[in-house]
Amino acid sequence: MSDDLINSFMTGPDEKGRFGIFGGRFVSETLMPLILSLEEEYEKAKTDQSFWDEMNDLWTHYVGRPSPLYFASRLTEHLGGAKVYMKRDELNHTGAHKINNVLGQIILARRMGKTRIIAETGAGQHGVATATVCAKFGLKCVVYMGAHDVQRQAPNVFRMRLLGAEVVPVTSGRGTLKDAMNDALRDWVTNVRDTFYCIGTVAGPHPYPAMVRDFQSIIGKEAKEQMQRAEGRLPDTLVAAIGGGSNAMGLFYPFLDDTDVRIIGVEAGGKGVNEKMEHCASLTGGRPGVLHGNRTYLLQDDDGQILEGHSISAGLDYPGIGPEHSWLHDTGRAEYVAITDTEALEAFQLCCQTEGIIPALEPSHALAHVMKIAPDLPRDHIICMNMCGRGDKDIFTVARHLGFDMGVTA
Amino acid sequence: MTRIDRKFAALNAEGKKAFVAYVMAGDPDYDTSLEIVKGLPGAGVDIIEMGIPFTDPMADGPTIQLAGQRALEAGQTLQKTLDMAAEFRKGDDETPIVMMGYYNPIYNRGVDKFLVDAKAAGVDGLIVVDLPPEEDEELCIPAQKAGLNFIRLATPTTDDKRLPKVLQNTSGFVYYVSITGITGAAEAQAGDVGPEVARIKAKTDLPVIVGFGIKTPDNARDIAAVADGAVVGSAIVKQIEENRPVAEILAYVKGLADGAHSA
Repeated sequence: MSDDLINSFMTGPDEKGRFGIFGGRFVSETLMPLILSLEEEYEKAKTDQSFWDEMNDLWTHYVGRPSPLYFASRLTEHLGGAKVYMKRDELNHTGAHKINNVLGQIILARRMGKTRIIAETGAGQHGVATATVCAKFGLKCVVYMGAHDVQRQAPNVFRMRLLGAEVVPVTSGRGTLKDAMNDALRDWVTNVRDTFYCIGTVAGPHPYPAMVRDFQSIIGKEAKEQMQRAEGRLPDTLVAAIGGGSNAMGLFYPFLDDTDVRIIGVEAGGKGVNEKMEHCASLTGGRPGVLHGNRTYLLQDDDGQILEGHSISAGLDYPGIGPEHSWLHDTGRAEYVAITDTEALEAFQLCCQTEGIIPALEPSHALAHVMKIAPDLPRDHIICMNMCGRGDKDIFTVARHLGFDMGVTA
Repeated sequence: MTRIDRKFAALNAEGKKAFVAYVMAGDPDYDTSLEIVKGLPGAGVDIIEMGIPFTDPMADGPTIQLAGQRALEAGQTLQKTLDMAAEFRKGDDETPIVMMGYYNPIYNRGVDKFLVDAKAAGVDGLIVVDLPPEEDEELCIPAQKAGLNFIRLATPTTDDKRLPKVLQNTSGFVYYVSITGITGAAEAQAGDVGPEVARIKAKTDLPVIVGFGIKTPDNARDIAAVADGAVVGSAIVKQIEENRPVAEILAYVKGLADGAHSA
């Protein structure tokens, strides 16, 4: 499918939950009635003004939206090319974009009469956001987190526990985000009556990829308006990091039909995409398959077994990617590149030093790509990157990689 | 008529309930697994469910997850699982084989190629956990066309409104999942299962077999009594996990089969 055959990139998914061949509803029969009722409830909410009034009120007064669009002047000067703007979603309550989506899903859960919320988390940001909103509404919250991630994201584990959530370390598989998602699905299939599964990214069975995208699209909608005010025009290039791809989908979606805007998603290249799968770049190094309820690009071996990726960033450590990204990749509307652990660490430090912003390791990947392309672009070229999370949670990991002794083990 | 249809016709004629045993292909290794599978009919097993190992078995409890990991570590692949079925078929042309697993290994091989190979290997039916009726065009319909039964799971969450959709493209038998949950979890209760089986049988002429959470010969008897048969998986896989000699594993299976057949 080439660009000129598509009237709009914003009409998906179709009634079967497909973006082209990607997406769908690949779940067990036990879960099927649940996702159908979720779809029905979401379709109702989408056009219900009272739902959006509640969302907007919480986005404003609880999350602190709109998040600023910030011109990174010293970084721009340092790179010596394109103007770099940051969409500051790291300033949200809980420190990342994740809460945009969690609020939407929890309001839906309340409308559906569900009293117990489960979630999976990688870096812990989605877990913290879910625990936060559950505390606010007095809902029981259980978060599945890979045992390996529990170890490398200790501050977020403690945050979730302070917020009253039960954190379940997952030891199946290699103990990362993929395994946490498996165990969350196993919980859901066991506790179908009272439990709502709050998925943190634009993946999973339909309607999750579309629903999470819609909730996260507030990022791109705001950025579009803010850029108009700041520059009187749209940006030339959008850059965002991708694990499952929710912050990227949120920024990209409102710009999909502005085909002059170049869209770049940045995957976690780990130790390098050409080595033996020590990365998490599903689009760059994977092929289509079916996992966690949807068809999408996956890291897998010749037998169709799912591979464990590697990334310095727990939030990007996932062998799949949201199905809409797979479709945008195949149609050519968006480009996808990979950034290594080392490049992300360099960007992390540069951002601290030039802008006084400690970024999370996830957006550090996006920033690393900005560092690559900005110097060769003209000074009137505008890049908008999504600063989707703050880096406080990552300082232990970064310290270890930089050989700095924090005097604590985390 | 597939081997599955013939098997149920024969059991019916004898007035017997079916006993279905699940083992993970390649667990703990190819040779031992093949030896176990070859011994199952002699232990009273009417239908063999052969698990296709997958890294991410989202509907399975720890016992079957670990079995899949053992098999994969021992080098099992979808090709070797097909080889195992073909090897078994050389010595047994009657006992139906149902392959059970998840869609990705099949999708990865290519649906058309898989169906040709499965048919040639003597496989009779498929149970693919993550393909609900909404995704029938993926594999269910091509499988029926290729002459394989596509056996669907019905669950406690499948309400009357949804049941016809679940039954529509099902063949061979209907697999009723006795609990909401993963394999090897809570024990199935005949009192809960009976009315559900009756609800399904009111809508289909296919046999209804019950699985998930059946752990003992008595349990197998009680469940088989209210259905057309019972499936045991995790309890058998647990014996394999404990590295028991094949003869002991088969004796254990025979106990379960006798239980189901006494119903």
